[in-house]
Amino acid sequence: MKLLEYQGKELFKRVGIPVPKSQHASTAADVKAFITSNPGSWVVKSQVLMGGRGKAGGIKFADDAAQGETIANELIGKVLKGVQNPEGEEVKSLLLEAKLGIASEAYVSITIDRATKKPVIIVSAQGGMDVEEVAEKHPDAIVKYWVDPAAGFSPFMARQLAFAAKLPTGFHKAFPKIVAGLYQVFMDYGANLIEINPLVLTKDGDVVAGDAKVDLDDNGLYKHPDIAKWNKESPEDEDQMNAVAIGLGMSNYAKFGGNVGTIANGAGLGMGTMDAIRNAGGEAANFLDIGGGAQAELVKKSYALVVSNPNVKAFFINIFGGITRGDQVAQGIVDALSGGDLRKVPLVVRLTGTNAEEGRKILDKAGFIPVETMDEGAARAVALANGAN
Amino acid sequence: MSIFLDKNSKIIVQGITGREGLFHTGRMLAYGTNIVGGVTPGKGGTKIESGQLVFNTVKDAVEATGATHSIIFVPPFAGADALWEAYDAGITLAVCITEGIPAHDMMRVVATTPGMRIIGGNCPGLISPGKSLVGIMPGGIFKEGRIGMISRSGTLTYEIVDGLTRAGLGQSTCVGIGGDPIIGTTFVDCLRAFASDPETDAIVVSGEIGGSDEEDAAAFIKEHLPNKPAVAFIGGRSAPKGKRLGHAGAIISGNTGTPESKVAAFAAAGVPVADRPSDIPKLLAERLSALTV
Repeated sequence: MKLLEYQGKELFKRVGIPVPKSQHASTAADVKAFITSNPGSWVVKSQVLMGGRGKAGGIKFADDAAQGETIANELIGKVLKGVQNPEGEEVKSLLLEAKLGIASEAYVSITIDRATKKPVIIVSAQGGMDVEEVAEKHPDAIVKYWVDPAAGFSPFMARQLAFAAKLPTGFHKAFPKIVAGLYQVFMDYGANLIEINPLVLTKDGDVVAGDAKVDLDDNGLYKHPDIAKWNKESPEDEDQMNAVAIGLGMSNYAKFGGNVGTIANGAGLGMGTMDAIRNAGGEAANFLDIGGGAQAELVKKSYALVVSNPNVKAFFINIFGGITRGDQVAQGIVDALSGGDLRKVPLVVRLTGTNAEEGRKILDKAGFIPVETMDEGAARAVALANGAN
Repeated sequence: MSIFLDKNSKIIVQGITGREGLFHTGRMLAYGTNIVGGVTPGKGGTKIESGQLVFNTVKDAVEATGATHSIIFVPPFAGADALWEAYDAGITLAVCITEGIPAHDMMRVVATTPGMRIIGGNCPGLISPGKSLVGIMPGGIFKEGRIGMISRSGTLTYEIVDGLTRAGLGQSTCVGIGGDPIIGTTFVDCLRAFASDPETDAIVVSGEIGGSDEEDAAAFIKEHLPNKPAVAFIGGRSAPKGKRLGHAGAIISGNTGTPESKVAAFAAAGVPVADRPSDIPKLLAERLSALTV
């Protein structure tokens, strides 16, 4: 679960990481009212999850209430588009923040390093820029420390990093405390990634988090019901919401641009099914991992979700039976999808395992197209999507 | 021989009286797995229908049965606790089937259980065909033989194994290492074990996009397995880029994690990458026959 900036900064405040004075606002009237009672220069920041929102025009400056209202009217409801999100993301709310006098900008993040199975702290003196670009052009400008999760964080790690990254001396005193806070948020809330970019050294000598990027592990959200609730207030991803709404795992469904709908049992087989469709000259309309049991009700809801995408012209259900008998799987699919209330598209079903032959007969009788192999199924579905009979 | 387990390995089931645990215990017993007991707190002293004793704690189970291996079927919130309990009781290999354990829990478990091999979580387990099944794989599709198989997924593994078996290529051991970001046993750990297994002639590595486990596997094969042919597969090559990859993650792995990087790494190691699972048996047979000439 990715958090919006104002939500991430709420977590920062809880552990004492300094953030600029700010106000979250959802309407132009709120913006106007806030600046009226707090006169001065304010930064108006679109609350979106995409990277590069500044370049996309999502950050503006307001010197008085009227200007703030105009900007808010312009930004709220606007769809920001960037290199990383060509589809765009709608701005639903704004964060008003005190303008900082910037002396220097640094970068600090903590993430899980899969290879070493440890948290890694990453620091660079080149903050405020796209960090991937820094990594590519100036790999030496990025320094890392791998923390032993059994021992935890100790301030020397941050000191070592600050010197190695050649952070301006103005950062040095505050830096260990900020990284300690960051590590606390990382561990306490089970983050995949927590990033401050830029970490700002102000002209007054304060060190403040200029931005907050927090991505929490969905599997750990049950430990933080108060934060899991935030996602309901500002859903980050339509696919995830749709998946959860029908009882699938959050990342079990993703919509793409092709015209062949897919359902598979298992994430690996789901990806393999998409690949098979590509190999057959087509494109999948989605990824959907229906999981192990594949009960009739879930099959029905999953099918309905996939065909709710009008681009879907043909469907490929790829079930590797394994334990479940092929005839049972087939009967389940027929029971689930024979009702009259679902949009019908040509449906290819691949069945394997014991009693697969009987299963294919059941499917054939119900007007579906049974196949034996994944390659064959993908080829048939692609042909059907392209108008073959 | 096989890696990680053999016919005599004594196995307990953590969560043996739960729905999944009980169901798969029955399947494993039917396959011939040496299950010596199980654990469900509060049900100590009872027996399941097939006669295996249930204990209250892993410690009790290990003391009474001498078990060395455990397979874990518990809810995600109890996953880390179950692994720590296994470690505390002296279990040397734990297969964690549970899906959805928080990555931070796994990170702490891995850092604090030195010497215990953990397979998974979120994995289908492992099988040495004809000897022992410690997992939820459908035993019927496997065949005893000399191909080592390692995979990040469940059903895609079955897809590939089914093809191998139909082509007459039996398996020595098949390990499903699991699809989570933090897992106990990596491809390289498995390859190291296969390297010294005289009964494994060739290896199939079934990976997927994300992380750098495949790149590490390719480097290991190049360096340490010159005499064991390998064939790879990468699932998700048609997936659009980026959805779940954060910025900092991209820094650590540089250009790794993309299918291009993984294919290039295997190519550099002389390992062919199959375009489709159904191509794997043929590629493997070619590599094996080239070896015997």
